[in-house]
Amino acid sequence: MFEGFSSIILNIDFYAAIVRMSTPLLLGAIGSLMAERAGIVTFSMESMMLMGTVGGIIGSGLMNNAWAGVGLAIIFGVLIGLIYGIWAVSIGSHQIVTSVGLNLGSLGITSILYALTFMKGGEVVEEIIKVPTLPITKIPLLGDIPFIGPVFFNHYPLVYVGYLLVPMVWYILYKTTWGLKVRAVGEHPHAADTVGISVIKVRYQTLILSGAFSGLAGAFLSICMLGSFQENMTAGRGFIAYTAIVFGKWQPIGVALGTLLFGAADALQLRIQAMNENIPYQFLIMLPYVVTMIALISVVGRASWPAASGLPFKREEG
Amino acid sequence: MTEPILRLENVRKTFPGVIANDQVYLDIRVGEIHALLGENGAGKSTLMNCLYGVYRPDGGKIFWKGKEVDIYQARDAIALGIGMVHQHFKLVPPLTVTENVVLGLPSKREPFLDVKTLDKEIGEIAKRYGFDIDPTAQIWQLPVGVQQRVEILKALYRKAELLILDEPTAVLTPQEVEELFSVLKNLTKMGLSIIFITHKLEEVMAVCDRVTVLRLGKVIDTVNTSDTSTRELAKMMVGREVFMTVNKPELVPGEVVLKLNAVSALDNRGLKAVNDISLEVRRNEILGIAGVDGNGQTELAEVVTGLRPATGGKVEILGKEATNRSPLEIMEMGVAYIPPDRQHTGLLMDFSITENLIGKSYYEEPISKKGVFQKDAVNTFTEKAIKDYDVRTPGPELKAKSLSGGNQQKVVLARELSSNPDLLVAAQPVRGLDVGATEYVHDRMVEARSKGAAILLISTELEEILSLSDRIAVMFEGKIMGILPGKNADIHEIGAMMAGVHQTESGTVVREAEKPL
Repeated sequence: MFEGFSSIILNIDFYAAIVRMSTPLLLGAIGSLMAERAGIVTFSMESMMLMGTVGGIIGSGLMNNAWAGVGLAIIFGVLIGLIYGIWAVSIGSHQIVTSVGLNLGSLGITSILYALTFMKGGEVVEEIIKVPTLPITKIPLLGDIPFIGPVFFNHYPLVYVGYLLVPMVWYILYKTTWGLKVRAVGEHPHAADTVGISVIKVRYQTLILSGAFSGLAGAFLSICMLGSFQENMTAGRGFIAYTAIVFGKWQPIGVALGTLLFGAADALQLRIQAMNENIPYQFLIMLPYVVTMIALISVVGRASWPAASGLPFKREEG
Repeated sequence: MTEPILRLENVRKTFPGVIANDQVYLDIRVGEIHALLGENGAGKSTLMNCLYGVYRPDGGKIFWKGKEVDIYQARDAIALGIGMVHQHFKLVPPLTVTENVVLGLPSKREPFLDVKTLDKEIGEIAKRYGFDIDPTAQIWQLPVGVQQRVEILKALYRKAELLILDEPTAVLTPQEVEELFSVLKNLTKMGLSIIFITHKLEEVMAVCDRVTVLRLGKVIDTVNTSDTSTRELAKMMVGREVFMTVNKPELVPGEVVLKLNAVSALDNRGLKAVNDISLEVRRNEILGIAGVDGNGQTELAEVVTGLRPATGGKVEILGKEATNRSPLEIMEMGVAYIPPDRQHTGLLMDFSITENLIGKSYYEEPISKKGVFQKDAVNTFTEKAIKDYDVRTPGPELKAKSLSGGNQQKVVLARELSSNPDLLVAAQPVRGLDVGATEYVHDRMVEARSKGAAILLISTELEEILSLSDRIAVMFEGKIMGILPGKNADIHEIGAMMAGVHQTESGTVVREAEKPL
């Protein structure tokens, strides 16, 4: 067992796998961080990601081009973001409950969309549809550095989007006027309102971004890693991405580290499964979720979320 | 005469079932401090919210520098040059002074925010107005008085020519109030006009040039402060002669009812809020606790009533150990409590008046027997309470939230005082009440004192403390800075202690070492 374990962690592929497994979490979590900072609970990421997976497959399959899949994944994600916005921002419904509704609903919708798209003569296809995938793209020069190269710079293009997203979101939040608005809206929407900021508009804008990047995360799962679709293919990654936001205390760097931690747990369990030890695979699949629970214990009491998190904004209450 | 900077003509605003403002005429001259005086609920805030675009008036006209304007939202008001400092500051606590000041404005290098340059710019502007503010400090680190100046700075940065201050002294110590007044006078010299919303008569006389009195949503009159007196203003504000002193019989304090020995406790954030407090309250005595809001007074009241654990020290009630007993046990030891916030902790707003009235005696005979309510006993009890405490209501089945603030507090008083408690802990008992209701609550407290209760009165209104207390203890950052006799107490000495200056044996004061922010 120990030998097997050390063979895993001494293998360079393992580290590349951590980066790969972290990417969908990173895209979703960092992409949704702005909405979180604007005071919206993005528990809806699961449904946005799920819609992204099927969007990727449909776009890529119909157009026979993986990038078309990426585009449709983003559109589907944004669509969910806007629907969530109608309830969470405009109507002011309970955000967790609304998210649960979206998450469960999209479980069915994605399968239906998939089946309808690839129906043959009124019959649902039995065999797994394969669609074009994005190619692994090695970054010139950087990709040749020993260890660093294969671990970080020999990946699907969306991995690099994730890399860029972390400093970009940090910069936007702390170094732009819009980022300042976002933070103010999440901490004290009434203060933002009195200086003429449209709380509603800012929240919709962040939700569009949340949807777009969560959709991208879904596309990563379907048209980078597999090139095919399965029911519930996100398998709770949207929830884990949400946990990464909490774990990272709503700071871009912290959130990125959180996604790495959960990505590592995922990569590890896959490898232990492959080792064929006498551990039931169901136990191993639990690993990322167990890590999530343990990680949450360690941040209890110290997490400081945006003060207006989850609270709908209403003007006339003085 | 020059054109007034702002003129309101026949402004009217109604809410379903309520006329908040009607036939309001108001004109503000350039460079004056104009008081808007009225009781709670007189319509001052509604009027200003109409002016600031929060509400839309239903009728009337607003003229800005002689031109009629429509103000649909805060942005419009800001664009005209109207700045508002709300009673509850609209500052974002984790953001810096600079970030709060520039919030919502486009930067010079849009969309980028050049924090360093802005820090410098804000620092310079602050200095120009004589404000001592560090632009890089986060709001939560600053004392309330400085936060208020950030709010003023925010308005000035937006080129405000008219500043509306909503109850600006409510959260300040007497010293901070004086500083604010000198800041305001300085600003008017620079050409700014100021609307000063208040219900405190002394402030109107101290700092304002003219005053407009509102009552029940209507303008009673506008007068020069030099042509009027506090007595006359009070009459205009309330609509009848007001006696501003409480009639309190001379009584000799009896046995010790509440004894605190080195009591400490934490606040909700886990920080020390009550720090090593020792004091005694005796029968027939009111001990007033003065202090600026948030210096541990609420936590102290909660420790005494068992709602918050003491982390150290000893609480004794009538000689019996009461430290960290449950609220029920403490209640049964003869303690009554008027909580500081009647809407959230004082009453169950969605419960009926009856249900609220029996909130303390519901489990005892004769109100209930073996866990079942005795309808006749309940009715007798509530009818008597409503009559004794003059609760103005069409019936006992009405929800508590449908009552006015004064009548709500009467329900609290009836529940707490009808059992003739040995100790009454009254926290902010008249917060948000009008003059009439305030008189009533104070009379009832004095009556309880005459009946032999010991009263621990917590209030941030110095006036209230001074008029009721037999002795005055001043709290600052969780500590008692000193205890003074209530008679002829020196308001300046109390003010100094509220700001953290210790009382010494000889009665003179020494400044506590300046604490870093």
